[in-house]
Amino acid sequence: MIYSLIGYYSLVIGLIIGLSLFYFSYKNFNNSDILDIKILSFTFLQLFFVVISFLSLIFSFVISDFSNETVFNNSHTTKPLFYKISGTWGNHEGSLLLWLLVLTLFIFLFLIRTKNQPVKYKILTLVFQQIIIVGFFLFLIKTSNPFNYIFPIPTEGLGLNPILQDPALAIHPPVLYLGYVGSSIIFSSVLAATSLKIISTSWASHIKNWILISWIFLTMGILLGSIWAYYELGWGGFWFWDPVENVSLMPWLALTTLLHCILVLEKKSILTSWVIILSITTFTLSMCGTFLVRSGILNSVHTFANDPERGLFILVFLFILIFLSILIFFFFHKDNDTKSYSFFWFSKETSILINNWFMMYFLSVVLIGTVYPIFLDVISSQKISVGPPFYHKLIIPFLIPFLLMMAIGPKLKWIKSQLEDKIYLISFLIISILLAFLVLKNFNQNILINTILISSALYLFFMTLRDFFSKTYKNISQNIAHFGFSLLILSILFNNLFASEIITNLKVGETFENSKTKIVFESVDQKKEKNYNAIIANFSISNSNGEEDRFSPELRIYNQPVIATSEADIKTTLMSDKFIVINLVQNQDFFNVRYQVKPFMLWIWLSVILISFGGIVSFLQKKS
Amino acid sequence: MKNKILSFSVIIIFGIIFFIFYKGLEDSKIYIPDVNTKKEIPVFNTKEFFSGENVKSSSIFELDKFYLLNIWSSWCVPCRQEHPFLMNLNLENKLNIIGMNYKDNLKNAENFLKELGNPYKEIFIDLDGTIAIEWGAYGVPESFLIYNNEIIKKYIGPINQELVDEINLLIK
Repeated sequence: MIYSLIGYYSLVIGLIIGLSLFYFSYKNFNNSDILDIKILSFTFLQLFFVVISFLSLIFSFVISDFSNETVFNNSHTTKPLFYKISGTWGNHEGSLLLWLLVLTLFIFLFLIRTKNQPVKYKILTLVFQQIIIVGFFLFLIKTSNPFNYIFPIPTEGLGLNPILQDPALAIHPPVLYLGYVGSSIIFSSVLAATSLKIISTSWASHIKNWILISWIFLTMGILLGSIWAYYELGWGGFWFWDPVENVSLMPWLALTTLLHCILVLEKKSILTSWVIILSITTFTLSMCGTFLVRSGILNSVHTFANDPERGLFILVFLFILIFLSILIFFFFHKDNDTKSYSFFWFSKETSILINNWFMMYFLSVVLIGTVYPIFLDVISSQKISVGPPFYHKLIIPFLIPFLLMMAIGPKLKWIKSQLEDKIYLISFLIISILLAFLVLKNFNQNILINTILISSALYLFFMTLRDFFSKTYKNISQNIAHFGFSLLILSILFNNLFASEIITNLKVGETFENSKTKIVFESVDQKKEKNYNAIIANFSISNSNGEEDRFSPELRIYNQPVIATSEADIKTTLMSDKFIVINLVQNQDFFNVRYQVKPFMLWIWLSVILISFGGIVSFLQKKS
Repeated sequence: MKNKILSFSVIIIFGIIFFIFYKGLEDSKIYIPDVNTKKEIPVFNTKEFFSGENVKSSSIFELDKFYLLNIWSSWCVPCRQEHPFLMNLNLENKLNIIGMNYKDNLKNAENFLKELGNPYKEIFIDLDGTIAIEWGAYGVPESFLIYNNEIIKKYIGPINQELVDEINLLIK
């Protein structure tokens, strides 16, 4: 009760501070020798009040204060403390408060960390960021107040959706948001820099760190979400091309492209239009993701509330930001044609540019796949769903040249390259093709496209691997990231090609046997936990080599709200995952059993960690 | 000049995107999967009886609850007969009675409810009788027992004590 009041009024104060910051910025902008200390302290105060508000919401969750509507809707006294806390952002209102927290945190850090940049630029960045912040304050207070009061006070809450009760998912939103919302600072600073026409190499190296931070968090956030989907949803996959996954992938694609462009800009002062447009695109796509997910225009596990008013607010706000940035871009940005740079066709920039276009292609495929059903529904009220085949068909063929470019591109010198060591370039290519061919031949999987795909991934793999031992080659962060990417593609390919699956219905005591696997359904136990009851099925599974594993997948029936979930039992080893999940067959004694062997599963996670580690290395390198 | 045309067209494109998203927001996107069992309740949009606001079938029927959809009309004499039984059934907390007001005059219908009481949790209007056709109703009165969006049982003609007992047994 008292926490709700504190939380709510902190939000109101934060909003007022945001508005007053416009005034201070205006005054400071016109006579801008040094940054007004008031601006700094008010920005800090704003962050402080948002933190207070956020903490009060956490406290309300911890003490199960059901006079708060958000707590009532999303918590329950029997929830473990960990999930009471993570429930804070496991809902629409709380997650928006998290947005606001990250927005205010980033602008504060930006102001204190930015040195050697014009004061006007800092002020203008603050103004653009405050436009976003004030917008979100209004959104929160007007349509999604996390501190709504209910009377009479219920004695018990409705509980948190059980599929959200998972450690990976508890930290997934904060990590993802640091990346998602962190891109706001790139957006604001790009608009500021464009307006002041100060886009230069020094600006590029200053903003690069912010891009890296967002990129690292976004990558890790997507990874956590993916791990959660693998363990919790029980479908045995890690990426489903679900609209919600897509809306996190799209900013990632834009941000990755931006990262490459900013590297060129930092060195050569070219590709400025790319940088501006990609910065705007990244943040707009993040916002667009929030819109698509929260407005209820798409339906998914992330749809917390289908409130058209909320959707409308974000939509209008999103397009105000888009129009604002378009105006600034066309008004202030003049492509310096005078200094037009003649690209040599065989240079590093060209290869980055080509890769940019590939990335834009992937981005458009994902974008079209995600929003086209909405468009079609509005225009012709036809409902279609775009599934994995669409994405696979459109993306996979283009991965081949993309991977090859990734392997060769970094080897090209900045402007002109002489292919000095053509020999190893070609010999690696031959080795990769031979190896891919042999592997596939061995497993009777000889399909042309797979051979080519695996060869190109292997090629990138060998090329980057070699560079770790090369003395002349120094870009270690890039090398780690590209190596990680080759590993990711290889793991995904092998995972898809060599996965095996058994689906069968079994009663307790029955045995399933084929030439390779024997599944014995031994017994069923019951378990009572604080927030759920579980049926545990015990299996013993042996393969043709006589190795035996014991599995105990669960069916959980959560009490608040009453939802049944399947908990897969997964045995992870370095080379493969064994994954078993059971489901009840309606009104029968049978259990539906799905047993999968998935090679290289662990490597998918590891390679993504490696990719973001590349980013971390790059970030730390700049610091020293 | 070139720049102006470009900026103008970009703005137009985004304007169109905005419009489409805006239209997309208007109807709720809770996709109801097409299940090919005949028993699935039909989907419809209509107006609420008292407020005249638009309602959707999906907002009326929730999963995990029992509903009795009762088709009635003020001009139908057997409806008067069955009405006290509906009032009785309404005492049973587990059952939500939903009224479908069939080809009726609103004033008369309201008087009907004033006189005999209102057992309905919600009432919606089927002014031209098309929704009743969708449900496969033969006439008035008719009642459908619904659970998990599926029709469990259909009662043609007025509800009587025997049927009240049967319904009570079914929803136990």
